[in-house]
Amino acid sequence: MLKVTNLHAEINGKEILKGINLEVKPGEVHAIMGPNGSGKSTLSMVLAGNPAYKVTGGSAEFYGKDLLAMPPEVRSHEGVFLGFQYPVEIPGVSMMNFMRAAVNARREYFGEPPMGAADFLKLMREKRAVVELDTKLASRSVNEGFSGGEKKRNEIFQMAVLEPRLSILDETDSGLDIDALRIVAEGVNKLKTADNATIVITHYQRLLDYIKPDIVHILYKGRIVKTAGPELALELEERGYDWIKKELGEE
Amino acid sequence: MENSLRQYIDLYHANRDELDARSAPVINTLRPQAVRVLEEMTLPRPGADDYEVIDLPSILGHDYGVNIRRVPLSVNPAESFHCGVPRMSTALFMLVNDRFGRTPDSLSALPEGVEVESLAVMARKRPEVVADYYGRLAVMENPIVALSTLLAQDGLWIRIPKGVKVERPIQLVEILGGADNLMAVRRVVIVAEEQSDARLLICDHTIPSARDMMALQTIEIYAEAGARFEIYDLEESAETTRRLSSLWLRQEKDSHVLINGMTIYNGVTRNEYHTRFAAPGSSLRLFGMGIADKDRLVDTYSRVDHDYGHCHTEELFKFSVDDLARCAFTGLVKVAAGAEKTEAYQSNRNLIGSDAARMFSKPQLEIYNDDVKCSHGSATGRLDEMQLFYMRTRGLDEETARLLLKQAFMADVIDKVEIPGLRERLTHMVERRFAGESAGCHDCNSECPTFRN
Repeated sequence: MLKVTNLHAEINGKEILKGINLEVKPGEVHAIMGPNGSGKSTLSMVLAGNPAYKVTGGSAEFYGKDLLAMPPEVRSHEGVFLGFQYPVEIPGVSMMNFMRAAVNARREYFGEPPMGAADFLKLMREKRAVVELDTKLASRSVNEGFSGGEKKRNEIFQMAVLEPRLSILDETDSGLDIDALRIVAEGVNKLKTADNATIVITHYQRLLDYIKPDIVHILYKGRIVKTAGPELALELEERGYDWIKKELGEE
Repeated sequence: MENSLRQYIDLYHANRDELDARSAPVINTLRPQAVRVLEEMTLPRPGADDYEVIDLPSILGHDYGVNIRRVPLSVNPAESFHCGVPRMSTALFMLVNDRFGRTPDSLSALPEGVEVESLAVMARKRPEVVADYYGRLAVMENPIVALSTLLAQDGLWIRIPKGVKVERPIQLVEILGGADNLMAVRRVVIVAEEQSDARLLICDHTIPSARDMMALQTIEIYAEAGARFEIYDLEESAETTRRLSSLWLRQEKDSHVLINGMTIYNGVTRNEYHTRFAAPGSSLRLFGMGIADKDRLVDTYSRVDHDYGHCHTEELFKFSVDDLARCAFTGLVKVAAGAEKTEAYQSNRNLIGSDAARMFSKPQLEIYNDDVKCSHGSATGRLDEMQLFYMRTRGLDEETARLLLKQAFMADVIDKVEIPGLRERLTHMVERRFAGESAGCHDCNSECPTFRN
């Protein structure tokens, strides 16, 4: 599905990613962990196509296509979804209009006619249920005045609507209390199929109690320095990131 | 005297009898004073205080015709005008250039006693009443006022009698048009008597043509004690239109006024709002927006005088400036020494879409009292990159995302509209405007033959 090879990227002239290698197959759940500043969010931004980041080397293929050559909206149509660490507030754009535009943009990409009003409302109702999103939020502007938990639930709601093949969830657990965390994680699990994949980016092991990863990577200073099974997350939790630094011969 | 004003004074002297004969004594009587003021006037150059971007000497230097003989257009759009806006049910009146018109059922849509009439007709019929209001609020030293006083022959008179609530909005469709260059001069006088309640929507149109067109307008509004009045002034004119408009408002005790001035489509526009609290306990909501691209210009000036205490002002103006366009917001809120417990909040927000676009913003507060709550602010910037990216990750292409964000930017000004149906219409118009489709005629759904020219 996704094959990232020796990916280098910078922002404002500062190199953050220094040769990422990563392969994700359908049905897999990957966790990418790492200390602050290791490049976790940069990786998600680069894979989603944020124009503020400049790719300086390497490649990323998505089902054999050059992901890095696609504008963000095409990546979305092709099935890449980014759940933001800090979901963006868009005052004046209602959630409903936003989602209608998103759904119909995708349909247009695949040569389908816009979705009828009744079908769209039904879709919204169905998907809201996945994360128990309040109906009231749908009539509000995108993320405006949402609580931290509502914003994250709203991300998973959008994920449910767009049905991506690959979801990248950037620090979805940050700022969540335990109940919100459970709802968000259950939402992600409900959307899980044998054909899609998830990359969970997180600083803490906590989220991985709810979303069970198949593979855990440790990102450090712009490189993936360790890859193993779920036991790696537990080991990290126990021993902290200093352990990795020691192992790499740093102090 | 100013060169560009010479032609108007000459025109006046040469045609004085004709000008007066086709107007009314109450209107004519102020002309000599206008001449005296104009003789002494120096027009402000662009960059002068309060005239930061507009070039009055150049705009007024054009050779416009003035239809002194008041020859009507060959068709009367008023007879066949239908507002096609869904759920917009209004009492419709028209000013075709300065000629007043109504449909057969305009007045029957209004409660008895409400007067909506040609200003000249009313000034001939009841001169003693009109004389109490015409030219009493507008300050002659203002160039727009002086020139419109010099040349006005007609316009609109509205009186909402004491205690009358007008449910249906009054709609005034202004149409500027003719076979040649033209300056249309309009005077509007609105008297909202004690405890009355009414709303006025002005749709300012130009019949598209390559000719130079000038709409010169002065509006005087008297909000008497306890009155509620809303005025929406919506410009959808043409690239060749110059519009100079000055609005004057005086609010008596416990009156509540809303003004929303929206420039959707224009050429060169100057909108002035001069408002005064002449008694305590009142509120003013003063809003506006301007959408300018190509080489359009929208210049807005506002001055709110808090002469008395316990009054509340909320002011918000927003502009979207693209391409080579220029916009200006100059706003002054002045709180007098005795005006305790004043609340005044002024805000100006602007969106810049190109390197060459220019926004001039000068928000000002002058406060001579300690016991007030006031604020002012101005912010000008580009579309937020993170918002754009967020929308694109959900599949919206960049152009669509920009369009939605620009519309969203204007949403809070549109949300201030309280006429049912108008908010939806405006949302649609702004959407189309940003999408690059010209507003104007086909957006108006008018059946009027003039519009099809």
